[in-house]
Amino acid sequence: MRQFLLFIIIILVGLSFIGRLFYLQVYNSEEHSLYDDNAIRKVYDYPKRGFVYDRNGTLLVSNQPSYDVMVIPREVKPLDTLEFCTLLKIDKEQFKKIYKRAYHYSPRLPSVFVAQLSKEDYAVLQEKMRKYEGFYIQKRSLRDYQTGVGANVLGYIAEATPYQIENNPYYNMGDLVGKQGVELSYEEELRGVKGIKFIQKDRFNRDLGPYKDGIYDTIPQQGKDITISIDSKLQEYGEKLMQNKRGGIVAIEPATGEILSLISAPTYNPNLLVGRKRSRNFTKLYNDTLSRPLIDRGLLRMHEPGSPFKVLVALEALQENAISPETTITCSGVYHYGRRGTMGCHCGGGRRDLVLGIAKSCNSYFANAFRKSIDKYPDARKGVNVWSDHMKSFGLGNFLGYDLPIGKKGNIPDADYYDKWYPDFKWGSTTIISNSIGQGEVLVTPIQLANVTAAIANRGYYYTPHIIKDIKGDTISKKYTTKNHTTIEPRHFEPIIEGLYDVYEHGTARFLQVPDIEICGKTGTSENFTIIDGKRTQLTDHSIFVAFAPKDNPTIAIAVFVENGYYGSRWAGRIASLMIEKYIKGEVTLKQMEKLVLEKSLEDEYAKPYSGKPFTINR
Amino acid sequence: MYRDTNKYFQFDWLTIILFLLLVGFGWLNILSASHVGESFDYFNLNQPYGKQSVFILLTFGLIILILSIESKFYERFSSVIYIVSMLSMVGLFFFGKNVNGATAWYGIGGMTLQPSEFAKAATALALAKFLSDLNTDLKYFKDQVKALIIIAIPAVLVVLQNDTGSALVYAAFFFVFYREGLPKIYLIIGVLLASISISSLKFDDISTSIVISLVILTYHFTRRKKPAIIKTVFAILACVILSSGVEFLYDNILQAHQKDRISLWLRIEKDPAKIAEMRRDILYNLYESEKAISSGGLTGKGFLQGTRTTGKFVPEQHTDYIFSTVGEEWGFAGTTFVVILFVLLLLRILHLAELQKSQFSRVYGYSVASILFFHFLINIGMVMGLIPTIGIPLPFFSYGGSGLWGFTILLFIFIKLDSNRINEW
Repeated sequence: MRQFLLFIIIILVGLSFIGRLFYLQVYNSEEHSLYDDNAIRKVYDYPKRGFVYDRNGTLLVSNQPSYDVMVIPREVKPLDTLEFCTLLKIDKEQFKKIYKRAYHYSPRLPSVFVAQLSKEDYAVLQEKMRKYEGFYIQKRSLRDYQTGVGANVLGYIAEATPYQIENNPYYNMGDLVGKQGVELSYEEELRGVKGIKFIQKDRFNRDLGPYKDGIYDTIPQQGKDITISIDSKLQEYGEKLMQNKRGGIVAIEPATGEILSLISAPTYNPNLLVGRKRSRNFTKLYNDTLSRPLIDRGLLRMHEPGSPFKVLVALEALQENAISPETTITCSGVYHYGRRGTMGCHCGGGRRDLVLGIAKSCNSYFANAFRKSIDKYPDARKGVNVWSDHMKSFGLGNFLGYDLPIGKKGNIPDADYYDKWYPDFKWGSTTIISNSIGQGEVLVTPIQLANVTAAIANRGYYYTPHIIKDIKGDTISKKYTTKNHTTIEPRHFEPIIEGLYDVYEHGTARFLQVPDIEICGKTGTSENFTIIDGKRTQLTDHSIFVAFAPKDNPTIAIAVFVENGYYGSRWAGRIASLMIEKYIKGEVTLKQMEKLVLEKSLEDEYAKPYSGKPFTINR
Repeated sequence: MYRDTNKYFQFDWLTIILFLLLVGFGWLNILSASHVGESFDYFNLNQPYGKQSVFILLTFGLIILILSIESKFYERFSSVIYIVSMLSMVGLFFFGKNVNGATAWYGIGGMTLQPSEFAKAATALALAKFLSDLNTDLKYFKDQVKALIIIAIPAVLVVLQNDTGSALVYAAFFFVFYREGLPKIYLIIGVLLASISISSLKFDDISTSIVISLVILTYHFTRRKKPAIIKTVFAILACVILSSGVEFLYDNILQAHQKDRISLWLRIEKDPAKIAEMRRDILYNLYESEKAISSGGLTGKGFLQGTRTTGKFVPEQHTDYIFSTVGEEWGFAGTTFVVILFVLLLLRILHLAELQKSQFSRVYGYSVASILFFHFLINIGMVMGLIPTIGIPLPFFSYGGSGLWGFTILLFIFIKLDSNRINEW
C-alpha cells in the first residue's frame, strides 16, 4: 500500500488535468474569431459613400472630408486643458463631461471626443496634436449637399445608434449611417463595404504589426452611385412655390411610377444637418412643433381627400353598373337622403350627367352614385366591402410600398370598421354618405393621391411610386417595374377623363389653364377642425388639387395639398398648373399667376388658432 | 558479461528521452512566448529564448559531469553538499540581489543564480542519507523530528527570501516519509486537516463538524479492537475546534488578496458579476492564461501563431505561465501530450526507485519524483485555475537557468544512482 499511494495520486492528477483541459479547450471552447479576439486590433478602412444624382444627371450629394478628434482615455497624459479646449472650441465642463463618457465607454478603446471639425479648426489643431497624448485625429467622410432643396428626399446620415451597433454586426461605434430619406433607403448600396485590417497588439495595446502579414485583411468596396428620379429643377421650383405655406406636392411620372418631385413645406436646407452644427440645428428643427419642418408632409400628412375622391366614387359606381356615363340627376343645391339628411352643393344646380358632374364637382351627383353602388347589394356590409376593395386597388388604405422609409396607411373604411363605430345601430349607405365627396372617414396622404391620379392617367394601372432611377452596377427592384392593375376596367376611365378635362375647360379650374397643354384635373376643398380651449373649432378649408397632363400620353401626375389654403383652385390648383407648365415646357409663362403664388403667405392663417382671439375662416 | 564495458546502456534511456522531449518542447514554447518581431537569433542573449538556448547547451555539460562522477560520491558527500547548499542560501541575506521583492538570486556578471533551485537536490540527498541510516526509523518521534528539521531548514530559508511558493515544495517530502515508514495516523490527520479546512470555508463549520464527528464515530464503532473512548472524544473535539478556527483564521489573519484567491478557488462568492470582476482584477494573470488556453481549442492556433501569446497578454508567460502557450498554440493535443510526458516521467522514476537495492537510492528517487510531482501539480493546476495562484516553475519547461539546472541535477543524480544498481552492493 505504501508503495502505491504516490503512483495512484500521480495518475489521478494526470487524469483530472486532462479532464480540465478537455473542459477548457474542447467542451467549453468558443470558435476562435479574429473579430472577438481582443489581442487583435481591427482597423477599418471606410469606402467612399456613393454619390446621388437627379434624373437629369445633376450631382445632388457628394462627400467632403471631416476630422474627428478621438481619445483613448488610458493613454491620456496630463495636458494643458485650457489651450486644448480653446482649440476645440469647447469649455472645460464639456471637456470633463466628454472625457468621463469616453472613459465610461472604455478606457482602452478609442471614442469620438469632438466630432466633425471644420477644415480651418483642423489646420490649427493638427500642428499641436502631438502635444496631447492619447488624442488623435481621424479623418472621416461627410456628406456635401450640392443643392439646397430636397432635404426630405435626400435625408441625412448620422452616427449609428447603440441599438444599431448591437443588432447589426456591420456597424461600429462612430460609424455614419443613413437616418432618413434615400440615405436610409439605399444605405447598403451607398455605403459600400468597409475594409478591415487586423493588427496584432500586445497587452499594453501597442501595435505589433499586421496579423499574419495581413492575409485576412480586406480592401473596402466603394459605395455605389445612385440616380434618383427627382427632377431637381422641378423640386426647387415647387419648394419656392410652397414658401410661407404648409403642405405637400407629389409629382409622379405615370408611365414609370418615378417620383418627379416630393415637396414638403416648410422644409430646410440639407446642409444644416452636416458638420459640427448638426446637432444644434437638428434640435432646433426638431423642437419647431408648430411648423414641424422635419415631418415630410408629402408622405405623412393624412387628410380627407375632398372632391378628387369623387372621381374614384364614380369609377367604382361605373364598374359596379350602379350608374352609366349617361346617368343624369337634377341638382337643386341640396341633396336629401334618409328622413332628414341633407348635403349642400355648390355646383350651381341643374341637370348633371357624369362629365358635367365632375366638371362642376356636384356633390349631389356623387352622393347619388355612391348610394346606388352600395344599395345595389341587399346588405350594406357587403356593398361597403366591395366598394372598399375597389378603393384599395388604387393603393389607398395601406402603405404604398415606395422606397422611402416613412409613410402612413391612410384609411379606407370597410364593414368591420363601421360595425365597430356603430355597435348598436344598423348603419347603411346614407350613414356613411360623406365618403362620397371625400370627407367622412376616408384619409389619404398626398403621395397616395398622386398615385391615384397616375392610375387614372394610365387608365387603370399604376407602378408603385419610387424614388430610385438607377443604381450604378446594380438593377432596381422588380417591384418598381411591375404594373399594378386596379379593379376598374379601362373603358370606364374615358368618360371620367373627359370630365377631368372639362374641369380645366369650363369647370372649377377654368381660370388655371396653361396655354398649349391639355390638362385634366380636379379641385378639392376639405373641411377641417381643431380643438381650441376644449372646443371643436373649424379652420379654413384645406386646398387640394390633383391633375395630370397631357391628356393623352400623360407625362406628369400631380397632387397638391395646401393646409388651410381655402378652396381647391385657389392655391393648390394654381401651384399644380405652374408645376405642370414648368415640367413640360421647362419654363413658366403664367407670370401673373406665378407672382401671385410666390408672394402669398399663409402664415397669418396658421397663426389664427394660436392667437387666442376669435377669428374668421374661409376668406 | 561485465556491465562496465557497456556503461552507456546502464542509464535509463526512457527517462532521458522524456527529459529531452520536455526540454525541447519547452524551448519551442519559450521561443514563442518571448520572441519579438519576425527575425530569430537563436542565441541572442537579449531574449529569453536565446538565453534558454545557452542554458540548455550548458545543461548537457552538466549532465556529462554528473554522470561521470562515481555514484558513491553522492552518498558519501551528501551532508557536505547539503551544508554548502544551505550556506549558499544564508549568503543571500548578505550578497543577494533583490528581484521583484524576493531576495533569491546571486548576481554573477550579467547572470543570476538562484540557490534555492539547487537546494531541493541537496535536501533530497541529505534526507536519503539520513533515512537510509540503519539506526533511523520513522516510527520514532525523535527521528520524525530530525527528518522534519532537514526539510524545514531550506523551507524556512526560502520563506525568508520571500519566495513562499517554492517553500511549499518541501511539503512534497511527506510522500517520501510515508513511503519510508511514517505512521499512517499522519496521513489520516493530513487528509482530515485539509478536508476540514476546505469544507468549513466552502460550506460552514457546523455541518462540517457534524459530518466529521459522524465519520469518526463510525470509525470508532466499526473497529474490531475499539480504541479508547477518550481518544475518539478528543479527536472529535479537535476537529470541531479546528473547523470553527479555520473560519476565524480566514476572516482575521489572511490578507484581502489571499482571501479573494481562496474565495475564487473554492467558488465561495456566488454573485457572477462580482466573480467576473474579481477574476479580472485580482487574477488578471489567471484570467488571461485561462483565456489563452481555452482559445487554443482542439489543435491550437499553430506554432508562433497564438494571438494572445504574440501580444504578450499573459504576464510571466515564458516562466510560470508557459503552459498557457502550449494551450493556445498546440491546443488540447499539445497540453495532453505534455501532461502525459510528465505522468510517464514521474511513474518511470517511481518505478525505478522501487527497483533500487540500496535504500539511499530508493529514498532519493522517491524524493525526485515527489518534488517533480509537486511542481507539476501546482504549476499546471494554477495555470488552469484548479489551484490558488502559487508561483513556481514547470520543471524542464519554464524559462530560467537555475531552475533548469536544479531540476537537471536532481534528475540526473538519480539516473546515475540507478545505473549502478546492478553492479554495486
